[in-house]
Amino acid sequence: MHHIYDFVSGPLVWLSFIIFIGGSIYRIATMAMLAKKKDGVVYDYMDSSYALRSILHWIIPFGSENMKKHPVMTVVTYVFHISLMIAPLFLFAHIALIKESWDISWGYISDSTADIMTMLVIASCVFFMLRRIKLPEVRYLTDTSDYILLAIVAAPFVTGFLAYHQWMGYKLMVILHILSGEVMLAAIPFTRLSHVLFFPFTRGYIGSEFGAVRHARDW
Amino acid sequence: MYEGIVEDTQKAAIADLGIDKGVEALTPEKIETVITSFLESETGARFKTYADICVHCGLCSDACHYFLSNDRNPKFSPAGKVKQTIGEILKHKGKVSPKFIGQTAEIAFTECNVCKRCAMYCPFGIDVAYLMLTMRRLCHKLGVVPQYIQDTAHSHSATFNQMWVKEDEWIDSLQWQEDEARGDISNLRIPLEKEGSDIMYSVIGPEPKFRAQLIYQAAVIMETAGMNWTMPATPGWDNSDMCMYTGDSEMMGRLKRSHFETAARLKVKRIVMGECGHAFRSVYDMGNRWVGWKMPPIPVIHAIEFYDELFQKGKIKVTHKFEEPVTIHDPCNIVRGRGLHEKIRNVVHRTCSSLIEMYPNREHNYCCAAGGGVINCGPPFKAKRVEGDRVKADQLREAKSKGAKVVVAPCHNCHGGLEDIIHHYKLDMKLKFLGDIIYEVMEKTT
Repeated sequence: MHHIYDFVSGPLVWLSFIIFIGGSIYRIATMAMLAKKKDGVVYDYMDSSYALRSILHWIIPFGSENMKKHPVMTVVTYVFHISLMIAPLFLFAHIALIKESWDISWGYISDSTADIMTMLVIASCVFFMLRRIKLPEVRYLTDTSDYILLAIVAAPFVTGFLAYHQWMGYKLMVILHILSGEVMLAAIPFTRLSHVLFFPFTRGYIGSEFGAVRHARDW
Repeated sequence: MYEGIVEDTQKAAIADLGIDKGVEALTPEKIETVITSFLESETGARFKTYADICVHCGLCSDACHYFLSNDRNPKFSPAGKVKQTIGEILKHKGKVSPKFIGQTAEIAFTECNVCKRCAMYCPFGIDVAYLMLTMRRLCHKLGVVPQYIQDTAHSHSATFNQMWVKEDEWIDSLQWQEDEARGDISNLRIPLEKEGSDIMYSVIGPEPKFRAQLIYQAAVIMETAGMNWTMPATPGWDNSDMCMYTGDSEMMGRLKRSHFETAARLKVKRIVMGECGHAFRSVYDMGNRWVGWKMPPIPVIHAIEFYDELFQKGKIKVTHKFEEPVTIHDPCNIVRGRGLHEKIRNVVHRTCSSLIEMYPNREHNYCCAAGGGVINCGPPFKAKRVEGDRVKADQLREAKSKGAKVVVAPCHNCHGGLEDIIHHYKLDMKLKFLGDIIYEVMEKTT
């Protein structure tokens, strides 16, 4: 068990961050080059102020018509994305580990806050899954990979939650927690999770087209 | 090899010579070769990113009038249509059957108006209209295009106008309308080939063919407003473009080049075009880009913008206001395509006594289901088109219940589509162009 722990908390961490950061740079850079070669329009029409206008409208809760049409989905989506980012980045235990390794640190949230956020992420994942099963228009689009992705995202939070509360096999849970976190990071650049990377560009481009060329709103 | 949807009996029921004969001529090998080279040469970062990041959330569904009108059938949702077409092609790496290509053609050409409403509903801003047009382009390359719209594209290729209008017939029609308009204004001219005019007025092929009175009305408006204008006597007079919708981009480019070169030859300051939506999209957005002009090389002003300007400058005055209450149908290509919705309302407020709004409106309007070349695919797909826009009928019915008697639709395709909807759903409402109303209420020079 110790060997496995050392492995997942040592070399694998490096590997997953290299894949995540390197992969993200690779994806964005190759896409930018492909755009240069094949979609010159993207560069010609991209307009920073209209791009920003569109991005803002779509990251502010209820900033678009569609968000108003689906209030529950909107609230869950925001809670999910915010908790997903805040909880791991500002968890005391994570910060302590980083401090130990590199002697750098930043602010943290209380463990109970992190606990609530973790539960919110898990609950949101359950909501997304039920939505996939229940709504015909979502079910029609869904294939196995969508459930796998959902599991990849939920896993670090489920295992983290179980490890924190030490309800069962603490050591195993910690190992699974680290491992699933690494899988998620590595998956970001190469799966549909890459929407994290490309959102500003696709949103910004359609915002520029609508704003600068068509003089219309896009929200 | 992917064989396509098997159980769908409703789809097999629609026969179309263009699609059926095109499919007969295909082999799986040919399809794979064309798809491979097409994906390599004609798709790039946008296509790839859109395909890569869609998280299948289904939030685009509520944007689509086909989805809403077909009892929320997921096959009609924007992402659902992408899944059935481009999705399968990518999944099977081009190893798909001729029958499947026929099915995708039907989806891309007749179940999507490329109205871009869904681009406003996707959180990532994925442009499904662009994907559907890319799919149509692939169908064009495979020779599988609905017969009626392909015939229109042939007309464009042969005559540079949409309706097989010969050059002498064009000039004749203008002179005929000039003659008619002299009933209103005795010395009125429709100036042909007048070099150095301020304005070149261009229309779509169907105007001389079916709606010649619109040219007459435009001439009366131009004359009364004291405009220095002209119309070309040569090909290049037609600003319409069905090739843009069949995926024949090469022809789209040639048409736009001819249109702008005609304006350049006449040394006009700007082009004013009639009340047409798709032509505006072609001139302002898609055609010019294909030729390499980021924006139109000569300013193009849609009729609505022009009318608004005439009123603002006091060039035309009204003798009375149009009495019957009107409602406004916002055409996609000039609303989501150019943001002219407030200008339509400006003109309506100047000319009509009462406006009853339909909701949703402005950028969020529902399409007429005729645009994007769908009505041009002709009778085989008419029932599907009209039934696919029940939400529009509901909107119109609601406006009617509040008192609206006339629908103002400043777009040719919208007229065609709404006419069918009004008839099919027995709504008993009248349809007007803005030009019709202005002509009726304006003070005319005599």
